Amino acid sequence: MADFNGENYENWKPSDFPEGYVCPEAGTSVNCHTGGWRSERPVWDKEQCSNCMLCWVYCPDSSIMVKDGEMTGIDYEHCKGCGVCVTECKFGALELISEAQAIAEEGE
Amino acid sequence: MAEEKKMFSATGNQMVADAMRQVDPDVMAAYPITPQTTIVEGYDKFVADGRVTTEYVNVESEHSALSACIGASAAGARVATATSSQGLAFMWEELHIAAGMRCPIVMANANRALSAPINIHGDHSDIMGARDTGWIIMFAETAQEAYDNTIVSFKVAEDPDVLLPVLTTLDGFVTTHAMDCCVMEEDQTVKDYVGEYHAKYPLLDTANPVGHGMFATLGDGYMKYKYTQREAIEGALDVIEKHGKEWAEITGRPFDLVDAWGTEDADYIIVVLGSCAGNARFQARQLRAQGKKVGVVRPRVFRPFPAQQIVDACKNAKAIGVIDRSDSFGSAHAPLALEVRSALFSAGVQIPVNDYIAGLGGADITLAQMEQVFTELEQCAAGEAKKSITYLGIDE
Ligand code: SF4
Ligand code: SF4
Repeated sequence: MADFNGENYENWKPSDFPEGYVCPEAGTSVNCHTGGWRSERPVWDKEQCSNCMLCWVYCPDSSIMVKDGEMTGIDYEHCKGCGVCVTECKFGALELISEAQAIAEEGE
Repeated sequence: MAEEKKMFSATGNQMVADAMRQVDPDVMAAYPITPQTTIVEGYDKFVADGRVTTEYVNVESEHSALSACIGASAAGARVATATSSQGLAFMWEELHIAAGMRCPIVMANANRALSAPINIHGDHSDIMGARDTGWIIMFAETAQEAYDNTIVSFKVAEDPDVLLPVLTTLDGFVTTHAMDCCVMEEDQTVKDYVGEYHAKYPLLDTANPVGHGMFATLGDGYMKYKYTQREAIEGALDVIEKHGKEWAEITGRPFDLVDAWGTEDADYIIVVLGSCAGNARFQARQLRAQGKKVGVVRPRVFRPFPAQQIVDACKNAKAIGVIDRSDSFGSAHAPLALEVRSALFSAGVQIPVNDYIAGLGGADITLAQMEQVFTELEQCAAGEAKKSITYLGIDE
């Protein structure tokens, strides 16, 4: 039997798959890094943020990171860059920039 | 058998409903359609009369019926349903899902024609639409066999080495509605035989959460998984035989993957599915009385296809006639003929095969037609060419 944390999926043999393509463990989607699909990314401006949590409510990928009732950042391993949070933010605390730009800026 | 079992008259549908009553599945979700209706109607009465503990789900369509069955099966329930014709066609996408999710659902199908033109009578057009969906498919010749096949179906479907849905089929009207001589085993005998069902990954086991209906688009997971489905259904042939023989042992009624009559020395063999095998054998007996060496072969299981058994039964013949009750438009051969030809070819057996289509939309399949086939097989063996497919009983 394979390890079902989802990380080694590419190397599974047919016999590693459980009947029914069932996933026999809970919470394994955290190991699936959907951030790789992104062509744009939301960038958070902590200064503008009022911690209203609208972005947290709307994010379809649970990628708004929160601790003790306050936003702490964006989980780029899972954020797919849909921009919903940017549209919903009423405080101008989120901006959508291209991945290329983000990578270039990171490189600086 | 120790004592003589009581024989009584019943229709195929009654026998299927009773087989399901004796198994008493946890859930049945079904929608009525001619000529299957009396199965689910009969079962509904068992529910109303408190004779079963089944949760009976009334749904608004066959699409919903099989969807509900899949949900119930994933939840961990033993599930049964029944359908026919347009209903089976309407279930098409769920047929693939049930097999892919390895839901061991047992579904009876009253084999019937498909529209257009609309026709409610028996043929195999509907069931052949399900042949590539991953379901195990059995064909009953009689009401008795419909009963036996249905019981064996539960045992096969739920076998941990199989875990596949099973279609237990009987021919519309000829088998579903005609009265036949039948015997029924005791309820307890059936319950003991099928045993209890414990799902491997039940959704309702909240202490052990699992995911059903998972996503397989990244990489080659889908392809690897489909390979496991092929292995599962191929391996099911031996399991069907094992459980069928076990049931035969209990009941004293034979169970063979392929029913071969007179094939030991037959020069000319008819291969058919389902109810019209009786006519073929009746005519074969008449011809045997005239000294002609003829035989009849009837696969009781169509998926997985018992290719080796067909080859074993047919390999010494001089000519074979395959009679299909459905057409595969645009293909050179109808479904059963394709399988038989492929089995012979793969085994390196070269015997001329004549293709026939009969009984579409409930058209009579007559003894005269069977005689015509046997006569043409003799001519064929003598080197007379015949055109590819003959529609029996109509002037072309
Ligand atoms: S861009 Fe989409 S996925 Fe990423 S944090 Fe915003 S809402 Fe979530
Ligand atoms: S919606 Fe905007 S202001 Fe509200 S928590 Fe998210 S980033 Fe902060």
